[in-house]
Amino acid sequence: MTEASAVLQERSDFAVIAEIIQPGSRVLDLGCGSGELLEWLIHNKGVLARGVEISRAKARQAITRGVSVYQGDIEESLADYPDHAFDYVILSQTLQETARPLQVLREMLRVGKRAIVSFPNFGHWSMRLSMLFSGQAPRTRLFPYEWYESPNIHFLSVRDFERLAARYGFRVERRLFLAGRTRLTFLPNLRSQVAVFLLG
Amino acid sequence: MIVETRSVRFAGISLESGARLEPVEVAYQAYGELNAARSNAILITHAFSGDAHAAGLTDGKPGWWDNMIGPGKAFDTERYFIVCSNVLGGCQGTTGPASINPSTGHPYGMLFPVITIADMVELQKMLLDHLGIPQLLAVCGGSMGGMQALQWSVSYPEMGHSAIIIASTARHSAQQIAFNEVGRQAIMADPDWNGGAYYDGKPPGRGLGIARMVGHITYMSDESMREKFGRRLREKDKLGFDFSVDFEVESYLRYRGSQFVTRFDANSYLYITKAEDYFDLTRGSGSLGSIFENVRTRFLVISFTSDWLYPSYQSQEIVRVLRRRNQDVAYCDLQSNYGHDAFLVDIAEQSEIVRGFLGSTEREVAAR
Repeated sequence: MTEASAVLQERSDFAVIAEIIQPGSRVLDLGCGSGELLEWLIHNKGVLARGVEISRAKARQAITRGVSVYQGDIEESLADYPDHAFDYVILSQTLQETARPLQVLREMLRVGKRAIVSFPNFGHWSMRLSMLFSGQAPRTRLFPYEWYESPNIHFLSVRDFERLAARYGFRVERRLFLAGRTRLTFLPNLRSQVAVFLLG
Repeated sequence: MIVETRSVRFAGISLESGARLEPVEVAYQAYGELNAARSNAILITHAFSGDAHAAGLTDGKPGWWDNMIGPGKAFDTERYFIVCSNVLGGCQGTTGPASINPSTGHPYGMLFPVITIADMVELQKMLLDHLGIPQLLAVCGGSMGGMQALQWSVSYPEMGHSAIIIASTARHSAQQIAFNEVGRQAIMADPDWNGGAYYDGKPPGRGLGIARMVGHITYMSDESMREKFGRRLREKDKLGFDFSVDFEVESYLRYRGSQFVTRFDANSYLYITKAEDYFDLTRGSGSLGSIFENVRTRFLVISFTSDWLYPSYQSQEIVRVLRRRNQDVAYCDLQSNYGHDAFLVDIAEQSEIVRGFLGSTEREVAAR
């Protein structure tokens, strides 16, 4: 396995996101971590890349990688970007950690022509079973935290997201559902672990 | 790496104030080799009390940023050609108030014209032209050096591919002006200052020493002072009940003050702090956005968590404006307990990101 593809293996949604993004486009990655995905996109798709990351250590690693990252809060910094400054704004598995998810989505679509949002699906059967049998806040591979330590403050399922998109008029251009690296089409709310939505 | 300071003399320089200074000399050092394409030059701009001697050994002493500049270091002298010059108004080889005024045959003293950060940049530009450097891969500085690097991106937007602004600001704040004013008043209150005409006699060492003591307090943090000195006594077991030195911190500040007097000119202190205080990239318009209109430079902005002299919000202000203009800017607020001094002493993480940023700037320039 080459190093480049190793990056895309790291998180199941990375490969899907990398596939969606057109070469040469302008990309903003919110919560970009240490910038692996952006670095891959720079080298393989020739994108103009920017990132925002709250963790000092991760932002530092991203800058060391040569990615232009702002160390700071996603919701605060989104407000500073001009309208349609980017072709894509990525929010990979972070929506559930934001204080005001709706506001973040709106801002993403103001700043970018398209938004790519991925999130762990709280509607997955393992979550339902865990809750049903234990009667406790579910802890699974996707949601490994104790409720009092979890960074996740908003839990949503595929169906919840679809409802939100319909209600607020977010146009869903593509939806991709993943169980591990397998792509699903049948019963995604029950079977997918991670959902990726392309909004336009 | 043994290096020597060289100097160039120019016929004169026209200043922001409208005055003209003739002639003008600039002292500089250079490290590494300029490549055939002349594309690997980096200008280092020094802070308030710095000089051209940024790296290597000169007269047995290491440069002020020797931990950042050298073979294999963040500013790798095996890759880059690095130039650092003493600022206009300085006292380490570049024309300043201690230089001879050709119209009187005596040192300028207070007849030296007031200079600005933009004037310092003009002189650096003259030096680079003289050295045959058409483009800068980067211009980089901390504190007042950061102001010069910012000014570079605005004065010569087509010349620099990138700017690294460390622990700095786009305009001096009331608090920063206030500390500088205390330093200036300490010097001017010293009878030996004599209206700036002390070059034939005794320099105002007490005033300059006190100014430097204040400076050093602002460069540290409460935490670094507690760690370094605490309430430890200096060479005694109990309080002296007099006004000799009791505490380590007193001894340290007195030592720093007295050391500074041997290497720095009091009038340069006045002129350079004035240049800092006048610095406002917006020139009073208050709008940074319009200032960066034509700027295409890549920026790396760094602040330090414990720096209260140039607090992180000042760096964030620069970054926010650049981001509003959708310009290429990377920013990190590095964790450090060393206060403003961090950019000189706490350099491990700073080195990492500077190295990464320079590498990606090189790749970007090569891809153009």
